[in-house]
Amino acid sequence: MTLVVDALVVEIDGTRVVDGVSFAVDDGQRLGLIGESGSGKSMTALAILGLLPDGARVSGSIRWDGVELIGMPDRELARLRGDEIGMVFQEPRSALNPIRTIGRQIAEPMRIHERIGRREARERMVAEAARVQLPAPESIVDRYPHQLSGGQRQRVAIAMALAGRPRLLIADEPTTALDVTIQAEVLDLLLGLVTDEGMSLVFITHDLAVLSQVATDAVVLEHGRVVEQAPIATLLTAPASPVTQALLRDATATLWRAADDDGIGS
Amino acid sequence: MPRWLHTLLSSWTGRFAVLVVVGIALTAVVSVFWTPFDPMLSDVRGRWAAPSWPHLLGTDGTGRDILSLLMAGARTTAFVAVGAGLVATLVGISLAALGALTVRWVRESIAVLVDILIAFPVLMIAMMISAVWGGSLWVVVFAVGIGFGVSIARVTRPELRRVQQSDFVLAGRASGLTAGQNLARHLLPNVAPVFIVQLSWSMAVAVLAEAGLSYLGFGASLTEASWGTLLADLQRYIGVHPLTVVWPGLAITVTVLGLNLLGDALREATDPTLSRRSAQVHVPEVIA
Amino acid sequence: MIRYALTRGALLIAGLLVSSAIIFLTLRVFPGDVAQLIAGTQADPQTVEALRESLGLDKPLLAQYTDWIGGILRGDLGTSQLSGASVGAELAEKSRVTVPLGLMALTVALLIAVPFGVASALLRGRAGGTALSIGAQTLAAVPVIWAGMMLVVVFAHWLGWLPAQGFPRTGWATPARAVESLLLPALTIGIVEGAMLMRFVRSATIQAAGEDFVRTAAAKGLTRRQALVRHGIPAVGLSIVTVLGVQIAGIVVGSVVIEQLFTLPGIGRMLVTDVGTRDLVKVQSELLVLTGVVLIIGFLVDLAHHAIDPRQRAEES
Repeated sequence: MTLVVDALVVEIDGTRVVDGVSFAVDDGQRLGLIGESGSGKSMTALAILGLLPDGARVSGSIRWDGVELIGMPDRELARLRGDEIGMVFQEPRSALNPIRTIGRQIAEPMRIHERIGRREARERMVAEAARVQLPAPESIVDRYPHQLSGGQRQRVAIAMALAGRPRLLIADEPTTALDVTIQAEVLDLLLGLVTDEGMSLVFITHDLAVLSQVATDAVVLEHGRVVEQAPIATLLTAPASPVTQALLRDATATLWRAADDDGIGS
Repeated sequence: MPRWLHTLLSSWTGRFAVLVVVGIALTAVVSVFWTPFDPMLSDVRGRWAAPSWPHLLGTDGTGRDILSLLMAGARTTAFVAVGAGLVATLVGISLAALGALTVRWVRESIAVLVDILIAFPVLMIAMMISAVWGGSLWVVVFAVGIGFGVSIARVTRPELRRVQQSDFVLAGRASGLTAGQNLARHLLPNVAPVFIVQLSWSMAVAVLAEAGLSYLGFGASLTEASWGTLLADLQRYIGVHPLTVVWPGLAITVTVLGLNLLGDALREATDPTLSRRSAQVHVPEVIA
Repeated sequence: MIRYALTRGALLIAGLLVSSAIIFLTLRVFPGDVAQLIAGTQADPQTVEALRESLGLDKPLLAQYTDWIGGILRGDLGTSQLSGASVGAELAEKSRVTVPLGLMALTVALLIAVPFGVASALLRGRAGGTALSIGAQTLAAVPVIWAGMMLVVVFAHWLGWLPAQGFPRTGWATPARAVESLLLPALTIGIVEGAMLMRFVRSATIQAAGEDFVRTAAAKGLTRRQALVRHGIPAVGLSIVTVLGVQIAGIVVGSVVIEQLFTLPGIGRMLVTDVGTRDLVKVQSELLVLTGVVLIIGFLVDLAHHAIDPRQRAEES
């Protein structure tokens, strides 16, 4: 087991936003964290990386390769971030530094963890840009975030998260803020890169339809608690909890639409 | 108790601010009827007395009781603060209303005008007025009123415009309210929080301005009891009697601090999200 | 960039014209009979009439205005009717005191505001942060002259380290003494301005710390503090540039009062004297110069901000 979360509790301003969540992610496994907004999914992810907002209190256990992450000094956590565990956030517009070129931002994890020089950094940043299928990688690395489209910005975010070749990727609603037409492309890219490298994936979303294309198992959250945990197939065909059933109802329309497009019966 | 008042009083800064402001106001009122000594009464033999009974804060160079001078000075402070506040209110609301609620060319011209007028610091306006009409407390009131009123207008105008174009105001018009009713019922209450906060700060600016301008000779005349003239008076002797200036200086600082904090606390209490969008952090002018 | 500079430049010129009109109206038109005002209520009619002619006040208003502006564009700011001295020459001479004073005060203000502002943001919620915050609030409420008085008491009277007033007659030929005499005044203005600016820096830093891109930087492998410093602080720096204009205006104003307290032969003190003696010709040009300085600095700051922020620069490409 690479990542083990055990009875995680996150308290912010006296409210328990995560209230006893437990799950595990194996090497190469793709796990979904699904629930409505406010169910504690993002907070769980942030807790893993030690990126919760100031004033949050954490208890329970998060173990990475057997090492306890809760209570670990930030300096040591920083060594894991980007290098062993990467994260892609939801909002591409605000996740990128507006006054730095995207090339520099993509190269940053490599410069932090591998201490490469400027010339090598340049070659690698272009390579990473090409890897996420950004157009004209040689020149795009000198652009600023506001000059790119939303979909392109999210590709940059993915490049940044994967530049350090982490073993686990946490993706927090990576396609939710994107145009519907772009969502599929970015999702495809993400999935391709994850499977190519044999990475584990924790995929956070509120959309069961999206999750069904990405993950093999899922944990369903409501009000910070786990209400159901099962393989995706089970959740789609025989959801046990009302929360999952509601999520399925919301997603069904999309699923049917996707099935029609492929010409495949459901 | 209205909710905003409750929030105001629930923080330490809020309590301190209210305490100071109420305290000064009370002192000003009380001083009309009673002060330990007549502030203008000189007692040359008893001058430069150290703080002791009966002169709790000592006496100045002509033997006047400092505590009484401070109390009487509170009156001047209150007058200037309230006066400047009122003028600033009038100027601010008029410019903001003109800049938000009228036809396009008026709005655009007002916007440009406000941006230009901002360049005139309060002190400069005070000097312009003094150059022509001589110095007096009214100079302070109008200089701060105009100077800060323009500042208020600049902050309030976009708020007013934003509220005016919002859905519920349009709905109000659509359901038959007249422009006047709409103004009173919808626009004003929404702009009020931003406005009240600016008002508080304008009073703080006024107190500082009175100190500086009276010191320069453009404010209160030497025969009026004011904290500014007291500072100016005592300043000449700081070589020999350094600590007397502490009293008026402290009085001004505490009052300004109270008013500034009141503004900050009111902003939190009335609607934190509303004002944070328009007026991030208040960087006040240095007045003097 | 060029286009922005031209647009902004046009606004600057419009601003200068409007300001000059306002100053002119206030000093020449509103008071009514200016010559009477200057000569005083006791003067006999012939003196007043002579004065009126010598000042050109018998000409139509528009002519007076264009004369004045025309003169300024040629570099002639008028002559004082009291001393006969050229306003331009005097301004140039006094600026050798006021300009260094302003620069020193600005340096002090920045040196106080940035480190302490950032520190108070990072220490938010803890004793140190609260203490810094309270300190800043209090210092910002202090009247600048009183601050000056207190500093004089401590550093000039008690410790005797610095002069309590005056500027060496030898001026900058004796640089050490000149700087010495400007140190306390600059510290006074700088501390009060710095305290005000510090509150802004604190707020900007807190906002920067909450920015998504700072969190992203930490997710890439920086410690949270490193992320804030490398990604957040530059953003804070950018926003400081936007309020720099206001700060400088504040320093200009502060120096007027401080020059009086420390009897420095600068522009501010000259202005106060001239207003006191009702030397309206001088005051008119002096005020225009001061407003002009504030407007021009605002213009330069806008240009700088535009040049630094790639969002605005690149939008044109």
